[in-house]
Amino acid sequence: MATMDRPLTQNIRTGRAFATLEDYRKTGGYEGLKKTLADLKPKDVQQWVKDAGLRGRGGAGFSTGLKWSLVPIDQAPAQPRYLVINADEMEPGTFKDRLLLEKDPHQLLEGIVIAAYAIQAQTAYIFLRAEYRLAAERLTRAMQEARAAHYIGAHILDSDFSLEIHLHTSAGRYICGEESALLNALEGKRATPRPKPPFAVVSGLWGRPTVVNNVETLCNVPHILRHGADWYKGLGRGADAGTKLFGASGRVKKPGLWELPMGTPIREILEDHADGMKDGYRLRGFLPGGASTDFLLPEHLDVPMEFDTVAKAGSRMGTGTIIVLDDKTCPVQMVLNLERFFAQESCGWCTPCRDGLPWTVTLLQDIVEGRGRPEDLDTLSRLTRMLGPGNTFCALAPGAMEPLQSALKYFREDFERYIFQNRTLKEAV
Amino acid sequence: MKAETNTRSLSAAEIDEINAELPHYEDKSAVSIEALKIVQKHRGWISDDSLVAIAEYLKISPAQLEGVATFYNLIYRRPVGKNVIHVCDSVSCWMLGSDRLSEKLCRHLNVKPGEMSQDGEYTVLPIVCLGACDRAPVAMVNGELRPDLTDNIVKELLGE
Ligand SMILES: Cc1cc2nc3c(=O)[nH]c(=O)nc-3n(C[C@H](O)[C@H](O)[C@H](O)COP(=O)(O)O)c2cc1C
Ligand code: SF4
Ligand code: FES
Repeated sequence: MATMDRPLTQNIRTGRAFATLEDYRKTGGYEGLKKTLADLKPKDVQQWVKDAGLRGRGGAGFSTGLKWSLVPIDQAPAQPRYLVINADEMEPGTFKDRLLLEKDPHQLLEGIVIAAYAIQAQTAYIFLRAEYRLAAERLTRAMQEARAAHYIGAHILDSDFSLEIHLHTSAGRYICGEESALLNALEGKRATPRPKPPFAVVSGLWGRPTVVNNVETLCNVPHILRHGADWYKGLGRGADAGTKLFGASGRVKKPGLWELPMGTPIREILEDHADGMKDGYRLRGFLPGGASTDFLLPEHLDVPMEFDTVAKAGSRMGTGTIIVLDDKTCPVQMVLNLERFFAQESCGWCTPCRDGLPWTVTLLQDIVEGRGRPEDLDTLSRLTRMLGPGNTFCALAPGAMEPLQSALKYFREDFERYIFQNRTLKEAV
Repeated sequence: MKAETNTRSLSAAEIDEINAELPHYEDKSAVSIEALKIVQKHRGWISDDSLVAIAEYLKISPAQLEGVATFYNLIYRRPVGKNVIHVCDSVSCWMLGSDRLSEKLCRHLNVKPGEMSQDGEYTVLPIVCLGACDRAPVAMVNGELRPDLTDNIVKELLGE
């Protein structure tokens, strides 16, 4: 396949540990930045990215160009502005940013400099999860190379634009990925989310205008500036523009990660790229985009991976990394595993989440250990509403309810089997 | 070596590393997490004395720093073994048998999860998804990723 069709991973090659500055330049690396600084005003860059139709790859799919345009960049006197790169990647089942960070760090750095220019930020922080040590080493090295080549630092490529990039490694907590909690973490505080409004674009890090973008989002940016918005839009197969890293884990023959056009049908990902289910296993369902997305069923295999279409099917594309449920894994136990994660990682700030998630775990545990009561299923349904959108301080709890609510709908008989068979047994004694 | 550096004052090396972080942020308290990680790197874990030493250096209250220290999963407020083994217990690894493997490892080392082995060599801890789910089940030994684990986990992780 021509590398133009898969811009994000074109420098990732077998037999090469990672792309050096030289490797990156060979495929046109830093040309987008050169063009940006030589020919374009910050507002032009915003417009290019808006026109390209780039939507955030951190899970929510917000228009990147639009987000940048909300940053006040003309006010006098000028005040500090920040760009923050969300490299926290802690959502179970998600393993896409790691690849981009480890294999082609300069692609991210170029995206960062262009984005920082678009919002006139003088400082950027890469917020990296603690466990991504290899990524930290490679980024540090790449930052040194980029500095020596005048791609970062003072007067980048002899322009008026200057940017410092700092690497901040986290100390481990899923809630740090939520953008306002991430800002608190960067300020050295407990990572609890902040009330919104004010939104970060106006009042973020230390109260300054701040844009938070996902790693994969920013990796798209150099290519848009290099080849243009129309080219970028043309990469998608349906409503959404560009390519995306899609992945599959679980009992498929070839778990992995592939850069494919937006709008690639789920069936193609699971059957052609992941090579179908392992021998002896059948597909029972899947979470299309990480732990906090609703289950879909084999009947949804022809749904294309794009934001609005997956939403219409009743789930979310999320991070685009599919977790596969096979017919020999119990969906109730799988949901228990997921809810344990969310309960443990809840920051405890708001009551519905702090109390509701441990309660959810207790109920699920009772069910799988044979202590479930028929009314528990109603209680669980009620919890999915109590912890749903609008009732909690941030999106962690509503995300936690997505796999549960869809499991209750699609795998009800599995829940009931635990409750009623055990009950029958007990009653029979 | 680790035990004797567990004192109420920061070492010169620790102070140098913390100072190197200071210019990156708008205020001093922002380096709390970095400082905790730096001191933990030198001392293995964060004792009460270490906590007070850092708080004094950053001019924040020990209570505030304690709130930060206990929030994050990878700041240890209890001693850990010389080798820390993190076994992923999130969904994709769980599906592929990580709890069985973790049990096997703990049985071999004669520890419970979170507990230090008697000789002070090992601590096994559960950890959330390590972002390598296509290589499940996965663990991390002293920060280094160990993917594609099998029932030979003891050999694979300890080389025994
Ligand atoms: C609990 C929680 C965890 C999140 N974790 C991440 C994460 O690890 N990485 C990420 O990019 N976005 C994460 N997000 C989404 C961010 O809040 C934010 O929307 C995103 O970083 C924006 O970047 P984008 O517009 O480029 O997608 C998380 C959101 C929530 C509610
Ligand atoms: S929903 Fe949960 S994680 Fe989010 S603020 Fe409330 S307690 Fe914290
Ligand atoms: S679930 Fe174990 S690495 Fe992702």
